Amino acid sequence: MSNLKPDAILRAVSRGRGGVHVPHRKLTAECETVRLPVPEQVVLPMQQHIGAPCVPTVKKGDHVLVGQVIGDSDKFLSVPIHASVSGDVTAVGDVKIANGKMVPAVTIKSDGLMETAEFTPPEVHSVEDLTKAIRASGLVGLGGAGFPSFVKLTLSPDKPIDTLVVNAAECEPYITVDYRECVENSQNIMDSIYTLVDLYKFKQVIIAVEDNKPEAIRILKEIADKDIDHGNTVRLMTLKSRYPQGAEKMMVLSATGRKVPEGKLPADVGCIVMNVASVAFVARYLKTGKPLISRTVTVSGDCIADPKNLRVPIGTSFRTLIDFCGGFTEPPVKILSGGPMMGLAVVDTDAPLLKSNNALLAFGKNSVYAKPASQCIRCGRCHAACPMGLIPTKIEDLALKRDAEALKAAGTMVCMECGSCAYSCPAGKPLVQYMRLAKEVIREANGK
Amino acid sequence: MDELKKTETAAPAPETAPQAKPGAIPKKTAAKPAEEKEMLLVTASPHVKSPATVRGIMLDVIIALIPAGFAGIAVFGLMAAVTIAVCVCGCVVAEWIWCKAMKKPMTVGDLSAVVTGLLLAYNLPVGIPPWMCLIGCFVAIIVVKQFFGGIGKNFANPAITARIVLLVSFASAMTNFTAPKAADAVTSATPLAIIGSPADFAAAEALPKLTDMLLGLHAGCIGEVCSAALLLGAVYLLARRVISPVIPLCYVGTVAVFMLLASKFDFTYMLYEILAGGLLLGAFFMATDYTTSPINTLGKAVFGVGCGLLTAVIRLYGSLPEGVSYSILLMNIACPLIEKFTTPAYFGQIKEKRKKKEKGGAAA
Repeated sequence: MSNLKPDAILRAVSRGRGGVHVPHRKLTAECETVRLPVPEQVVLPMQQHIGAPCVPTVKKGDHVLVGQVIGDSDKFLSVPIHASVSGDVTAVGDVKIANGKMVPAVTIKSDGLMETAEFTPPEVHSVEDLTKAIRASGLVGLGGAGFPSFVKLTLSPDKPIDTLVVNAAECEPYITVDYRECVENSQNIMDSIYTLVDLYKFKQVIIAVEDNKPEAIRILKEIADKDIDHGNTVRLMTLKSRYPQGAEKMMVLSATGRKVPEGKLPADVGCIVMNVASVAFVARYLKTGKPLISRTVTVSGDCIADPKNLRVPIGTSFRTLIDFCGGFTEPPVKILSGGPMMGLAVVDTDAPLLKSNNALLAFGKNSVYAKPASQCIRCGRCHAACPMGLIPTKIEDLALKRDAEALKAAGTMVCMECGSCAYSCPAGKPLVQYMRLAKEVIREANGK
Repeated sequence: MDELKKTETAAPAPETAPQAKPGAIPKKTAAKPAEEKEMLLVTASPHVKSPATVRGIMLDVIIALIPAGFAGIAVFGLMAAVTIAVCVCGCVVAEWIWCKAMKKPMTVGDLSAVVTGLLLAYNLPVGIPPWMCLIGCFVAIIVVKQFFGGIGKNFANPAITARIVLLVSFASAMTNFTAPKAADAVTSATPLAIIGSPADFAAAEALPKLTDMLLGLHAGCIGEVCSAALLLGAVYLLARRVISPVIPLCYVGTVAVFMLLASKFDFTYMLYEILAGGLLLGAFFMATDYTTSPINTLGKAVFGVGCGLLTAVIRLYGSLPEGVSYSILLMNIACPLIEKFTTPAYFGQIKEKRKKKEKGGAAA
């Protein structure tokens, strides 16, 4: 840290409100990413992104190569899905994914050879070339939401974009994939940024990192300092470690001081926000033409024997990852895909890893702590913690009354379910669940 | 184990076999190496919670109230301890009886009844008969709190309402203030009664010294006399972030400004007004009651200023010497209204006017 000039790094002014201090527990921060051996089989659900599901383009018995398209859709908001191992398609049909839903999927039994299809690096001369190529690569936001990246990168004439925000905040506890990406693939991150700057003519690029990752800041700083050819557009910004700093709207506010209005996207205030792992992937893809067939995952939690960061083919079962990390030290009570604040409690470990899963966490009975829910005492901690300035306890009341109009006026729809309210509630109320109920009430009323 | 193996080999889908009758083979499944076959807990996010609990918050308030209690006992003798004990036990028992009688989940454990009991006792004079205390406990816990739905649902502060009920029911017992042990007199007037209006202040006789006001060596209710102990507790609550400083600062600040203006900038008079009566106890421990004060910061400020104005007006122009309880009660009732008008804008909220404008623009 000593060779860092403090004034050379942008320091985000604390413009945001709310948020909570969550223990970081980044157990795997110093674990170098390990490549998982080729799994015996992969299950590739046809919906791994926000938008229209894909339709399988292969049938049972087909032989597929790594990187071959196995599912695609003609809808706009959708990205293709590629085979992540080589082998034979053993089934095309419904499987149970992490949230317990049955979805159509392609199951491939690996032949262990990892024979690859022929990859040709795409030729990119314009923004249109790039968005077309990114769609073909199957890239979705690797930070967790799974929004198709090409849509973010598509320019619309009435929304001029002047800022790219590279999101490396990683504010969720335990997860270290973005941190490892910064440390291990910093060159790719920068190459991507320069490509994007040349194409989009951004006025500024801000790489935002939380201040609990000094090593990532040091490495990125070194590279950002070499930014002479690009008119010093790339800046590094340290953010206060405060959950949910990495949320898109919070990020835009911290990095640029702009507030995204309700119901709008960062593009409406001239920003594109991309996760750092997605950014690094863009450079890799433009160099090799290899689509999104694997990703980095943090396998951690207090009952995993040997927590690791793994490079895993998409579609590998959770069980395979856990076994590779030495299995459980005690019977798990709760297994999460994603972080402890916004992650999903999985039903069973046979579920496959999706493109948007950044972590797999397992917890034993000592750390799964359910606060018994009692009556609201109106302490206001949920309101103080809400980064969106909502009053969760009031929204809970309105949701139970099913008052859709009042819920809309209370701003329910801007809730991003970050969990800060429920985290801070001393009465142990499941406030996020009430927020979801409230949104459902509004949707129901809108449907009428 | 043998039997289980048989069923497993016989069953077409071995994975589902143990789950089919989980109750019958709990030990055997635990002994199996494949832990995944046990049911996993599935809950909504977030999966981590802060260590804050209702009980912990109430415990913090109790800790913060302890110095004032000891000061009261030191000043007035063991009778004060008896009153405190009766009020606390009375409130806890009332809560216990209610939960049992109404077959509701037992809520004594959240310690909120203890806080109510302490606050009630601190608002009573020393010599009050225990049976009156018990009536106060009944009013506070049963009438004000439980009739309206228990913790978090009451519209007024239970301890304050109970005090007011006792004050109007047993006016003489409630205003019969014992003098501190150190003094010769048996009964004594409270400083506020001695001070009177700013005009009488200069001529007031037998007024305790300011240091005595701070240490509690004057007549008054058990918990309100020792300002130093109350401030100590207040600092603890602020440091633990149990209360926000907005309400107490606005409350005390408003009273201070009002008294300065009324006395044409007599600072001594202002200090007496702040240290006397239940102002500090009310501002830091009762006006800040979560349930009966606004959640948002602007609302808190309005609430605090409102309490301050009412207290000052009652003290100066009312026929009562003391106005803290009444002002807090009145503002408690106004709380939903305050919240309605001070709801803060949420992130990225588009104001109503602009919305209409945009709609109009789109139509044109």
